[in-house]
Amino acid sequence: MDDATRALIDNAVNNQPQSTVTVLSSLLAVEDAIGYIPPEAVAAVATRMAATVNDVWAVATFYPNFRFDPPTEHRIEVCWGPSCHVMGATAIIAAAQDALGLSDEGDTPDAKATLRYNTCLGACAHAPVMAIDHHLAGRITPDAARDRIAAALAAPAAH
Amino acid sequence: MTAHNDSPFAAILAEAQRRWHDLTAGDRPWIRVGTGLAGEAAGGFEVVSAVKAALTEQQVAANVSEVGTLGLCFAEPLLDVQTPGGPRVFYQRVTPQIAESIVSQHVAGGAPVAGSAIGYLGGGGAAPDGIPRLEDHPMMAMQRRIALRNAGNIDPSDLYQYIANGGYSALNKALTEMTPQDTLGQVRTSGLRGRGGAAFPAGVKWGFLAGNPDPNKYILCNCEEGDPGAFNDRGILESDPATVVEGITIAGYACNANRGYIFIRHGHNQPIDRTRAVINQAYELGLLGQNILGSDFSFDVEVALTGDSYVSGEETALMEAIEGKRSMPRYRPPFPAQVGVFGMPSNINNVKTLAYVPEIIANGGEWFAGIGTPPDPDNRINGSSGTAILCLSGDITYTGLIEVPLGMTLRQVLFDMAGGAPKGKRMKLLQTGGPLGGVLSASDANLDLTLDFDVFRAAGAILGSGGIIVADEDTCVVDLTRNLIAFCQYESCGKCFPCRMGMSHLLEVLERIHNLEGTNEDLALMRNIGENMQAGSLCGHGQLGFNPVSSALRYFPEEFEAHILEKRHTGECPDRVFSPRLTRR
Repeated sequence: MDDATRALIDNAVNNQPQSTVTVLSSLLAVEDAIGYIPPEAVAAVATRMAATVNDVWAVATFYPNFRFDPPTEHRIEVCWGPSCHVMGATAIIAAAQDALGLSDEGDTPDAKATLRYNTCLGACAHAPVMAIDHHLAGRITPDAARDRIAAALAAPAAH
Repeated sequence: MTAHNDSPFAAILAEAQRRWHDLTAGDRPWIRVGTGLAGEAAGGFEVVSAVKAALTEQQVAANVSEVGTLGLCFAEPLLDVQTPGGPRVFYQRVTPQIAESIVSQHVAGGAPVAGSAIGYLGGGGAAPDGIPRLEDHPMMAMQRRIALRNAGNIDPSDLYQYIANGGYSALNKALTEMTPQDTLGQVRTSGLRGRGGAAFPAGVKWGFLAGNPDPNKYILCNCEEGDPGAFNDRGILESDPATVVEGITIAGYACNANRGYIFIRHGHNQPIDRTRAVINQAYELGLLGQNILGSDFSFDVEVALTGDSYVSGEETALMEAIEGKRSMPRYRPPFPAQVGVFGMPSNINNVKTLAYVPEIIANGGEWFAGIGTPPDPDNRINGSSGTAILCLSGDITYTGLIEVPLGMTLRQVLFDMAGGAPKGKRMKLLQTGGPLGGVLSASDANLDLTLDFDVFRAAGAILGSGGIIVADEDTCVVDLTRNLIAFCQYESCGKCFPCRMGMSHLLEVLERIHNLEGTNEDLALMRNIGENMQAGSLCGHGQLGFNPVSSALRYFPEEFEAHILEKRHTGECPDRVFSPRLTRR
């Protein structure tokens, strides 16, 4: 791990704006800062919170927010909650998989993008919904999903 | 207004009113753009950029605010223009190109663009040509907006705008004219029932905490809101977070508590950022912190974030998450009013419950109790006072966030207001109260159900959080049930074996039925699993987790039989079954 990344982790863990600091809040701060939770971050959170490394791993593996290897350049999320399902999310997921050359959620082999399924992105009135690099897009059609993914892949990395 | 001229609140109010006057009747137009989650999904932020660029390019002076949602989500991005002293003209489905022409024709030229307008509000009788009153739109006409009174009207990040519209007069009234016991008494009188799902009387719940003599007590506000199809908690926090901050402060006063947490899911940026913004301003104005408005009452509030976990909506699991642990429910007793978050006595409320509190204190408990449905003890109806804040999504003409008096029928909401299923299709079913609420057929009897917590419960549904997902005749009930169980399986926290394994097993059976490979024993097998989940799970997730299947079997047995016995699909079954397998490790 390079010094810059380590400094980002230390800053995220030690300079949280809110007064109640917990293992979870520290992990979310690291995820926001560098996009994943490396073992060094687990150790840093454990030290800051006077917890064991096991305690920190237990929390990190419970919430699906966290990934444990460096993020790809773009994050594509497709909602499959019931509102989106009724409005055709299955076809959007198939289109997204097709556009990314994937058969399930996960990273593309060239590490350009990650496909994640999401249980509710919060814009149910505009179902089906997807999010590209954390920006919501609603009333998506399979063609629109393909177009937006192609545009994202052509754009510079989001991080 | 009861504030004395020399009171701390009078000075704040005067400043707020001066600022509001400048905005609404000053020398420049005011443009408001919906940028809640629905607004964002429809392209609201692109519209904001286009408006700002057009103003600069055309050298027009105007104020631009990002507001939350008015609730007409189907019409987002919604943009409205208010010229000084004139009506607010609302434009629907605005694109960057339309925004540009609105700036040149209406903002600069003073002539509303009737072709893109959905309606106008206010303006003292000066009706713009060819544009209807927004109050006459079916989605607006029957609303009774209490918790949503400011949604879409004020900049949610500006506490002065909230105060100028009556905000904090309730807290000021409580602190200067009422004892904590009086305040609690008004909430009891109001009959307010918790809007998180259980519909327990809020005043009674607050009383448990108020009665605890511990000097350190916490009020928690739950905006975890993982229910797909329910976006009203986020809608309130992204549109008017200050009403929740004032509500939690009043709850703190009534219960003699000293700290509040508002708990929001990580990644929902508008609710998080806007709530934090008004909390910071409340501290600056002396509306939070030590000796609020010069009184003896001190109260702190902060936003806490949770990771993605549906079960965090359960009150003790939420406490685990606030403490930064795996959000799994705790055993009870001890109950939260004795041992809650960080071991302190705690009281947990839904966002909507707290959002009503300022208006209840300002107008009195009797006023709130007069809205809604009266008790009917003979039929085990306890009465449901106030309004229902409903989220309409799925196969419905007008999707959105509405607030209507309890006691209206589902038919009034879904047909008179929301226009029924689009494209002339027949409405088949409703999914209410989140995935655990199961499904309700759109039969005449069910459409005549009144919005009332106990009436819904008696019909086997949950009004709960207020989400209503509508599905039309094309929807396959077996496939939708599979989707609901896939959600419940994915979101099981894993603590209780019957829920963890039961959900997986149910999903396996439902996939089998969906794939026309079901057997004659499968329905009995699912019932067996469901009974065990209900009997052996600690929280509602497992206890209610069979609801999607049992309700679907109750209303649509023929669709399961068609799959199992006749080996044929019903409705538009997707060929590919999609049930994410990722579970909590």
